[in-house]
Amino acid sequence: MEVTTHSAADETQVWGGGNKPLNASYGKMMMWFFIVSDALTFSAFLVSYGFSRFKFIDSWPIADQVFTHFPFLHGVDAPMYYVALMTFILIFSSVTMVLAVDAGHHMQKAKVTFYMLLTIIGGAIFVGSQAWEWSNFIRGEYGAVETKGGQILQFVDAQTGKRASIRDFATSIASERTTHQSSNGIWYQDEKALTTVTLAEVKAGFEANPNLVIRTQQLNENDQKIDLSRAASLEKIEEAQLVVEGANLIRNEYGNRLFADFFFFITGFHGFHVFSGVVINVIIFFNVILGTYERRGHYEMVEKVGLYWHFVDLVWVFVFTFFYLV
Amino acid sequence: MAADAHKLEIFRGLLKFKSNVQKIWGVLIFLSIVTTFEVALGIIRPEFLLQDFLSMKLLNWIFILLTIVKAYYIAWDFMHIRDERSGLKNAIVLPLIILIPYLAFILILEADYIFEVMRNGIVSWNF
Repeated sequence: MEVTTHSAADETQVWGGGNKPLNASYGKMMMWFFIVSDALTFSAFLVSYGFSRFKFIDSWPIADQVFTHFPFLHGVDAPMYYVALMTFILIFSSVTMVLAVDAGHHMQKAKVTFYMLLTIIGGAIFVGSQAWEWSNFIRGEYGAVETKGGQILQFVDAQTGKRASIRDFATSIASERTTHQSSNGIWYQDEKALTTVTLAEVKAGFEANPNLVIRTQQLNENDQKIDLSRAASLEKIEEAQLVVEGANLIRNEYGNRLFADFFFFITGFHGFHVFSGVVINVIIFFNVILGTYERRGHYEMVEKVGLYWHFVDLVWVFVFTFFYLV
Repeated sequence: MAADAHKLEIFRGLLKFKSNVQKIWGVLIFLSIVTTFEVALGIIRPEFLLQDFLSMKLLNWIFILLTIVKAYYIAWDFMHIRDERSGLKNAIVLPLIILIPYLAFILILEADYIFEVMRNGIVSWNF
């Protein structure tokens, strides 16, 4: 074994503290560690989404047919434009954040304030857009019926190839049925709000409209949903058990139950990150205005929340790809 | 980190910027182009990209690849990984690029197996 010698000066330099082998402050490094662990959490969610999707690869909903709304364009089929817009908004707020960090390096308080404000506005618009997206998703558009096996059957006009809304073709049958609430009757029993049309009405309407056929969950070799023939549809509608309108955590009108669950969970978890990011940005924004960092002599806090904010943007890039594009 | 410590080149030195602010706008333009390209591909879905490649559509591989490209530029230029010491850089990036593909690989392989079982089994799931 070779003998290594150290001078006393080396000794204190290496072991005496004050070294910065990674050249990053404590706070910044902890923010990075948090981001790494959070990235693993998000990747676990996205991978489990991939797991469910590959498990039901021949019957997964097609995102283009689910997310078709754009503000102020009612009834216009606009797949993906809105999420693309949301992506741009978030990337842009990421840019204003990095500009704030850069201005902070130059100790320009006014510029940091301005860019932080833009970042907060961008983040708020994004969270609002996500809420709007959720409300459309929860409300649903066309409605569907569910079979005993949990398969979703949607309705299509065979001539135009367009989706048909159950509320449009259902024949109205007089019914006394109202939502059972815990206030009338046994107090521990109640039920969810009734669907706008009943199963019997949908069935009767379907039988009365010779143009309508059933669209199944199954995909053909070109990854399009398989439509049944009219005869097969009439047979299939008998298997319907429930009317499904919109989406909740149990069932949704778009197809596989897990699809809505993952949508709520992953975009919800991301939305929660954006929301907390906005809150943290607001706090830092006021600290900037109050001159806290000016007195401290550096704007590293802006850099740290900047890291978090970019991370949120980074996650959205992946959510966008795996939920809307792929 | 001093204000002048930024590395101002992207695309391996192909594009050099004069200042950090200019680089930020440059990266924004690049990210916007990539996103626009992705959305256009997603709407058009060209026929020749719909063929299978390594058990997934070629189009989906392109989307994933472009996403990683975007992630790279967000992390490298917006989060300043480019300016960090290699120790910190590796400590952040290596765990992610080792663990995430590994997790994706085992779970998706398992999912494909379950899919086969459900398809070839004697139990009907479509009722």
